[in-house]
Amino acid sequence: MSALLTVEDLRIAFPNRDGDPVEAVRGVSFSLGRERLGIVGESGSGKSQTGRAILGLTPPQAIVTARTLAFDGIDLLKAAPAERRALRGARIGMVLQDPKYSLNPVMTVGDQIVEALQAHENVGDREARERALAMLAAVQIDRPARVFGLYPHEVSGGMGQRVMIAMMLIADPDLLIADEPTSALDVTVQLQVLSILDRLVGERGMGLIFISHDLRLVSSFCDRVLVIYAGRVVEEIAAADLGAAQHPYTRGLLACLPRLGEHRHPLPVLSRDPEWAR
Amino acid sequence: MPFLNALVRFLGAVVLTYLGLLAVTFFIGRVVPIDPVLAIVGDRAPEHVIARVREELGLNLPLWKQFLIYLGKVLQGDFGTSVLSSNPVMQDIRRVFPATLELATLGTIIGAGIGIPLGVWAAVRRGGVADQMVRVMALIGYSVPIFWLGLMALVVFYARLGWVGGPGRIDVVYEYTLTPWSGIMLLDTALAGEWEAFGNAFSHLILPASLLGYFSMAYISRMTRSFMLNELAQEYVVTARAKGLSEARIIWRHALRNAAVPLVTVVALSYAGLLEGSVLTETVFAWPGLGLYITNSLQNADMNAVLGGTIVVGSVFIGLNLLSDLLYRTLDPRTRTR
Amino acid sequence: MTELARNDQTWRAWLLSDRPQSRRQASLGRLYSGWRTFSRNRLAMVGLAIILALIVVAVFANALAPYSPYEGDLARTRLLPPSAAHWLGTDDQGRDILSRIIHGSRITLFVVVLVAILAAPIGLLVGTVAGYAGGWVDSALMRVTDIFLAFPRLILALAFVAALGPGIENAVIAIAITSWPPYARIARAETLTVRRADYIAAVELMGASSWRIVFRHIMPLCLASVIVRVTLDMAGIILTAAGLGFLGLGAQPPMPEWGALISNGRLYVLDQWWVAAAPGAAIFIVSLAFNLLGDGLRDALDPKAGS
Ligand SMILES: Nc1ncnc2c1ncn2[C@@H]1O[C@H](COP(=O)(O)OP(=O)(O)OP(=O)(O)O)[C@@H](O)[C@H]1O
Ligand SMILES: [Mg+2]
Repeated sequence: MSALLTVEDLRIAFPNRDGDPVEAVRGVSFSLGRERLGIVGESGSGKSQTGRAILGLTPPQAIVTARTLAFDGIDLLKAAPAERRALRGARIGMVLQDPKYSLNPVMTVGDQIVEALQAHENVGDREARERALAMLAAVQIDRPARVFGLYPHEVSGGMGQRVMIAMMLIADPDLLIADEPTSALDVTVQLQVLSILDRLVGERGMGLIFISHDLRLVSSFCDRVLVIYAGRVVEEIAAADLGAAQHPYTRGLLACLPRLGEHRHPLPVLSRDPEWAR
Repeated sequence: MPFLNALVRFLGAVVLTYLGLLAVTFFIGRVVPIDPVLAIVGDRAPEHVIARVREELGLNLPLWKQFLIYLGKVLQGDFGTSVLSSNPVMQDIRRVFPATLELATLGTIIGAGIGIPLGVWAAVRRGGVADQMVRVMALIGYSVPIFWLGLMALVVFYARLGWVGGPGRIDVVYEYTLTPWSGIMLLDTALAGEWEAFGNAFSHLILPASLLGYFSMAYISRMTRSFMLNELAQEYVVTARAKGLSEARIIWRHALRNAAVPLVTVVALSYAGLLEGSVLTETVFAWPGLGLYITNSLQNADMNAVLGGTIVVGSVFIGLNLLSDLLYRTLDPRTRTR
Repeated sequence: MTELARNDQTWRAWLLSDRPQSRRQASLGRLYSGWRTFSRNRLAMVGLAIILALIVVAVFANALAPYSPYEGDLARTRLLPPSAAHWLGTDDQGRDILSRIIHGSRITLFVVVLVAILAAPIGLLVGTVAGYAGGWVDSALMRVTDIFLAFPRLILALAFVAALGPGIENAVIAIAITSWPPYARIARAETLTVRRADYIAAVELMGASSWRIVFRHIMPLCLASVIVRVTLDMAGIILTAAGLGFLGLGAQPPMPEWGALISNGRLYVLDQWWVAAAPGAAIFIVSLAFNLLGDGLRDALDPKAGS
């Protein structure tokens, strides 16, 4: 399996108040084929910034360096801005956390989907609309024609996230980065959205980077798991082998997962070792 | 339904504000040290004449009745008679208002036309040239006396450089060949096909309009900048980038379209501000509009005219507030009906 | 020397202590760190310097002005351009313009101070009472405030002056009447944020009267924001006063009010531009100074609102 994405020694630094760079991501490496990779870590560990660096969407003040950052043979760090933009949406898509904020509130969802398609393919309005409707149907929206004309505040969170998925998949990318795509949703809706994502990624043979806090969710959904702590990969392991994880942080995370029929008092607290961040 | 509710509540506020405006003008009219009775009969009139006139004017009625009568008159557009012109005030205002409207409208077009793109540019290139320009322009705009800037502009562009026409709306030569149709000079001359007169009117209009435009631009560009900075930091902008849209489309179609919602109010406010600013500008440029009418009346203690003018400007203010609220609601789908 | 320097160090430490021992130490410390932010803002310091200079000029006007502001030599010094003898030239009465501007600074200062001490307390009172009382008192007071806010301020001031008669005192009253509403809004917003605070509840439990709470405990908290807003408004107040003077409704001749000076110079502006130019520049510089100062104060006292 040839690598779709290769990341070697990715570092992302932000200037602090005095202008000195402080690294938030410190040497992350992994590679990805047409498979599902989960990235887990606590808040602020650098998951989102890693995902955004692949798309070239880190904040303007961020300094991104890497030994290799290549997508399908294209050196992303050397690519011209226009070239990177051509990749975004067309070959790499990204689903953000909360549809309430990540959809443009003054544009109908239909227009936002059509726009994503027309940015990359030369299709007429009629055809674009039809393909958008088909895409809405593919994310299991019952009455696509009606939803097409709605504004984001008029759709529910679960539907909003399905719209978001439709928007990111309409140009048929090879890789999708989903940054906590279900964290803002109700538990019941979460599963529905995940199963849609699961099916579409499978059908289309795409690569997926699934970013989450939730180790159990990731382990059931992904083929492989990357555990990040303080901007560094502390463990990379096949999801099936998670039980055999070596790193104390991963083991700590696993220990925190509640199991049915188990009474735990007091609740276990993750203990951290400053050594891990070294 | 919530839309209707909000609208009703807003209209209620508008009516209340309007009543407040009339109460204030009524109050000012009563406080005037000039006794309206003495103004009519002179101060040597015998006691019973004074009493009769007093009754005729309704001044012996209780205050609230007087206010109701006043209200009724004003709502019918009856502001009394101007001492200065001996015309009904409403008739005078109808004659002078188009001149002010023309000036303030062109000023707003200039202000918004330059201010909005400049503000967008300042936000996109934060800390860059445009950003500094917007900052300095706003600072000067908030600090410089408009009438003084107008005078200095007249000295430079009219007296020294001769680039523009001087005070007034049009040279006297053209004044009498023209049939005032709408009262808007540019429109009247263009409709009559008098292109020479059109050019002349434009050369008179452009300096005061640019001056007003500058103040409106200073305000609008500053506000546009801050709204745009706010929008560009939103998540939907990240989404738009992730879709691979061009920067131009993200800025103008996505961010500005969202910023337009509060901008409408800003433009309306600045339009209202120009109508007010015209009082000083029109004096400097001898522009025969509402502002000049009010100041002339003031200097001649023509109270009916002053209060009539105040009510008209106040009504336009309130009307613009109403309009901007309605526009706001149509621009933002979140406040629209479902 | 070293003793003094060390003393300096301990003073600063005392002021910046994150565990103040007394209320006074805490408030002095807050003032000090506010001053540190403020004094780092160079433009704000320029503004402050200009305003201090204005005060000095106003106080020592008699000593500083080279000529009398009221008497000129009609025969020999009428409408002279700027020269070594008359730095800013002379006006149509042969009066030295610089001297008139120097004396006019007193009027400007008078207007600014008087409007501030008239309008700020009205706004503060209306806002805190509305915010603390809530209910219908709040609704009624805010309705009135909104009505005043929706008015064209300059026109309203004009109408008031028309009714009261022209003159600098009436101009001040008219400006004050039209400028309190924003202060009321701000004071109310601040009151709402502290009204439910525990220490207000504690004072209430101790049986303090509502008036006492409003005056002693709430008003002082709202003061900072209102002061910032008043400073930012100063430029507008100066411009309005000058506008009234320009229209002949403010200070009456021969008072050397800056707006009136421009109005006088207007008659000769096409040939003797300096008569109108200099007082306008004075207005501009002082307004600019207040704007710079206000921006600096806002950033120092209220870091959240920084632009
Ligand atoms: N705009 C920024 N300026 C400065 N530092 C930033 C910025 N954005 C992110 N960081 C730094 O990068 C670190 C990683 O942020 P990131 O958003 O990747 O975390 P995360 O793992 O996605 O957390 P979460 O689970 O909360 O989303 C943060 O701890 C923060 O210090
Ligand atoms: Mg994140």
